[in-house]
Amino acid sequence: MKVIINGEEREVPSGITILQLLQYLQVDKRVVAVEHNLQIVPKSAYEHQTLKEGDKLELVQFVGGG
Amino acid sequence: MDKNLERYSRQIFFPGIGEEGQRKLLNSYAVVIGCGALGTVIASSLARAGVGRLKIVDRDFVEENNLQRQILFDEEDVRENLPKAVAAQRKLEKINSHIQIESLVTDVNPTNIESILEGADLVMDGTDNFETRYLINDACVKHKIPWIYGACVSSYGLSMAIIPYETPCLRCVLETAPPAGATPTCDTAGVIAPIVNIIASIQVTEGLKILTQNWKALRKEIVMVDIWEGSFTKVDISQSREAVNCPTCKQGNFQFLEGKEGSYMTVLCGRDAVQITHKTPVQIQFESLAQKLQSLGEVSYNAYILKFKVNGFEMTLFPDGRSIIKGVKDPVIAKGLYAKYIGI
Repeated sequence: MKVIINGEEREVPSGITILQLLQYLQVDKRVVAVEHNLQIVPKSAYEHQTLKEGDKLELVQFVGGG
Repeated sequence: MDKNLERYSRQIFFPGIGEEGQRKLLNSYAVVIGCGALGTVIASSLARAGVGRLKIVDRDFVEENNLQRQILFDEEDVRENLPKAVAAQRKLEKINSHIQIESLVTDVNPTNIESILEGADLVMDGTDNFETRYLINDACVKHKIPWIYGACVSSYGLSMAIIPYETPCLRCVLETAPPAGATPTCDTAGVIAPIVNIIASIQVTEGLKILTQNWKALRKEIVMVDIWEGSFTKVDISQSREAVNCPTCKQGNFQFLEGKEGSYMTVLCGRDAVQITHKTPVQIQFESLAQKLQSLGEVSYNAYILKFKVNGFEMTLFPDGRSIIKGVKDPVIAKGLYAKYIGI
């Protein structure tokens, strides 16, 4: 299925959870914030919150330097 | 135009600021926490813009490898071993002698942050670590002071403006600070000056909007930039505060401020070094300590710092007992060296 990640259309496995998406994209869940259809997703919900066709996701990668 | 305002004429001509906005800037007070790469760009811009009172807080001293990106420093500051806050203040006073500039050479921690930020209209994040940022978030939410998060590493950076209880705070978006070692640092990934300037400039722009009370113009997004890749991304977080049961701005837990989180030994970003801070500041007499250390290694000191080189390690000591130990990554070894040569 297709979802929009940071403004770009991406093909991902159907019905995957947020946690599975992060694993699929090889993103460390400890350093990102995930917004799913304009709502920030608490980390505790990553395991069971699933994606649907056309969902909009924003992944915000945090860094500590400066 | 009022003669005193003429030096700001080009930004007064800008409709978003105007003469009224300029007067607001001159009557405002901003605190810059951390005066490295982001902090020097921020402090320079705020001083030039005529923010009437500026406090620059930094725990570090100027080194040669800072000069690639930390715009307020030069080779003389390196030779003089100046603390960054002091070197920055000296430059800023030459840039704008009509504003009030304070420097504070200290580590920002739970014991001192509330007094450091007291009375501030705005807090600017120029830090290089998550621990201090979560502490700033706690203190600013508690005291309802707007603050602007900014961070960068490599060619990537991001920023968000936080108006406590109105916009999402740092913990609304990222509830838990990433653990040590989980994110790239200046040590592992390096950093280039352009991304520093961009992120700091985004922070300053939002800061100017806050100080001139241009609330409608304030961005309600997190801005992410990778300047090498040429990617510019905005993430709308305007609706996220309602949805999240934030431990800080919803539940009122200030764990970082209460010292329940955070440590007193810090591995420093960008250097092979560890910092040690006392929970209760002590007073170190450099003259007598230098005499003690003279036979053990190479010692030099000025009014602000004492440097001691021994067995490939370089210890820099500040009058309040804080030390930065270079040539070591393990905090435990660092603590051992401190105990051995300075005494705990």
